[in-house]
Amino acid sequence: MNIADASADQFSHRHLLGCEGLTPPEITALLDSSEIFVEQNRQADKTGAALKGRTVVNLFYEASTRTRTSFELAGKRLGADIINMSVATSSVNKGETLVDTAMTLNAMHPDVLVVRHPSSGAVRLLSEKVNCAVINGGDGQHEHPTQALLDALTIRRRRGRLEGLRIAICGDILHSRVARSNIHLLNTMGCEIRLIAPQTLMPIGIQSMGVKTFTRMEDGLDGCDIVMMLRLQRERMNSCFLPSVKEYFHFFGLDYKKLQFAAKDALIMHPGPMNRGVEIDTEVADDVGRSVIREQVEMGVAVRMACLETLSRNLDLGRQKT
Amino acid sequence: MTVIMPTGDKKNLGKTVYINARLIDPASGYDGPGGVITTAETIQSVGPDITASSASDGTEIVDCNGLCLCPGLVDFRVQLGSLDGTCRAAASGGITSLVTLPDMDPVIDDPSIVEFIARRARKLGLAKVYVFGAATKALKGEHLNEYGLLNEAGALGFSDGLHSIQNAQVMRQILSYAATFDLLVACHPENAELAANGVATAGELTTRLGLTGIPIEAEVIHIDRDLRILEMTGGRLHINNVSTIQSVLAIKAAKQKGLNITCDTAPPYFALNDGAINGYRTFAKLSPPLRPEPHREAIIQAIKDGTIDIITSDHTPRDEESKRLPFSEAAVGGVGLNTLLPVSLDLYHNGVMELIDVIALLTHAPARLLNLDAGQLTVGRPADMVLFDPDRGWKVSENTLYSKSKNSPFDGRPVQGQVMLTIVDGRPVFKNEKAFPSS
Repeated sequence: MNIADASADQFSHRHLLGCEGLTPPEITALLDSSEIFVEQNRQADKTGAALKGRTVVNLFYEASTRTRTSFELAGKRLGADIINMSVATSSVNKGETLVDTAMTLNAMHPDVLVVRHPSSGAVRLLSEKVNCAVINGGDGQHEHPTQALLDALTIRRRRGRLEGLRIAICGDILHSRVARSNIHLLNTMGCEIRLIAPQTLMPIGIQSMGVKTFTRMEDGLDGCDIVMMLRLQRERMNSCFLPSVKEYFHFFGLDYKKLQFAAKDALIMHPGPMNRGVEIDTEVADDVGRSVIREQVEMGVAVRMACLETLSRNLDLGRQKT
Repeated sequence: MTVIMPTGDKKNLGKTVYINARLIDPASGYDGPGGVITTAETIQSVGPDITASSASDGTEIVDCNGLCLCPGLVDFRVQLGSLDGTCRAAASGGITSLVTLPDMDPVIDDPSIVEFIARRARKLGLAKVYVFGAATKALKGEHLNEYGLLNEAGALGFSDGLHSIQNAQVMRQILSYAATFDLLVACHPENAELAANGVATAGELTTRLGLTGIPIEAEVIHIDRDLRILEMTGGRLHINNVSTIQSVLAIKAAKQKGLNITCDTAPPYFALNDGAINGYRTFAKLSPPLRPEPHREAIIQAIKDGTIDIITSDHTPRDEESKRLPFSEAAVGGVGLNTLLPVSLDLYHNGVMELIDVIALLTHAPARLLNLDAGQLTVGRPADMVLFDPDRGWKVSENTLYSKSKNSPFDGRPVQGQVMLTIVDGRPVFKNEKAFPSS
């Protein structure tokens, strides 16, 4: 196969820092490659050897259970050596700067760094200082690209397509990197995106990202094929953003009453972890006919395997070039 | 670039004749061919008639080759990094007088610090360094400092630097008490609550980058409040770093009303817009943050129509570590001493203003506001002058900046206008060898 021809349709970047700027063929290539890993993960023997001998480092500056575990499993199932570094155990607490940590890790020749950081743009800054591939595992309020990819994979498997779907993203848009990555990705793939939130949680100027905004669930959910709920972080619950959990759930929590405004077969999604009774009603969350929340978690591992595998392959291509 | 920068050279000065210059003196309104004769530290003669024949035997003659000779720049707003580094950068930027902000370590809130800075700067002899005293103790915005005593020691005015006075009652007392001594009070206009945690101007860009925004209104809300207080107390209020359309309108209206209000802006606010932070460029992280394009255009208009009185460098040196961080954690501020003149000259090159009017904003206007014996080519005044080529281009980079810190928001930008010679008290403190290969 001619590598040049193939890379035109594939994800050929060195890093995965965000969904902004990705093309439909690039996204499709990652999703297609994820499909293969979904099947692999359902076998009794889940382990392959695509990343044998590779080193993947999970560098997490923020607490995370599911994303970190998901990347860890993904790496292991590809045969990579994977280590976890979290803030609690690293020299970050000793005052080392992000860039110094990056250079130190870089000296150990990892192949892929998965980074989560509370500051927007931090992962990009780090990627400029290392020779390996970098995957953004979530940076501040900016992007969380693997979450958007796993959401897209979940939707595509259920609906057979992305184009033309009407998708609602509801809740704390202002602080959500998941929302921003999903907006970029789903827009690129031709979805219609509607954001629903109280005005205090709606970022200004977001309409310029190609979305429609609503302040009432009844209006925003109208005819939606997918309803994505966002986690409301505890510190926002009783602050100047919102008066109370009770009021938030009453107007913006997803329950059957509000769900009836969406399309009859609308799917319910949530990036987790859920606050039951805050942004989503327990019954709705557990509705096996509608909720695909657990399927999202399954897709997460497959998508991260695809990303690790693709970026490792690109590293080789890059090395061949030089 | 090769540069000769004599320091502390206090040899006895004779007479020097500067000929073949394009003299630009905003104070007298003269813009035309001519020359200047300096004797020791002062200007002895100035005008169109001064030529090589004005020189007697043993007089040093400097041929200006038709370049612009104007008063040394007076920079109203500078954060002092190291005194030596700042003065070198000032000299190479054509700045002969500068005023430092009090928010340094230690805070300028004691007469002995005022005197210490002045003495060290005098010894260095590269630029005249003046200070603003801290308006409140430890810049906490609570208790007034000794304005009278600090002023006697040499403080030209009072300000809390980058800290905005949030308490309206304290601001009222500051203006009121300063009026007792007819002292200038300068303020950094930003409503702290609206700006809390913010790192850039709120809008489409902060939403896209996932950064916490500061609403544009945070500036004018503070200005509106201070204007109301000024109306109540009287006194002289000066507003730093005006950067929005709304602020310009508020100040314009206050001036029409007859309030004793002046203001400044800095080159980033008329030469850059908020797009400069794209890619999380921390060098473009400033306070106030860079604004969207319509505001930049309004600032240019306000400079042109006189609403904005002066241009400052807003020089804020930061070390590499404090800028090489994720955007929201990085320090605010940019160096500006070397780019003050060339970026301001954009206003001339782009046809917004006459050259002499741009120079006025950098020399005569700030000197007059501060009652400084500077900013004009007048017989008997100190021979503080700068010779520059308004057209010569150069590129801003860490190699072309003379300050120790290199955090310029204009990094990588081609600019037009180069300082060739800076003279303080009759002595050359900066010489560009491109202009004077022989010396």
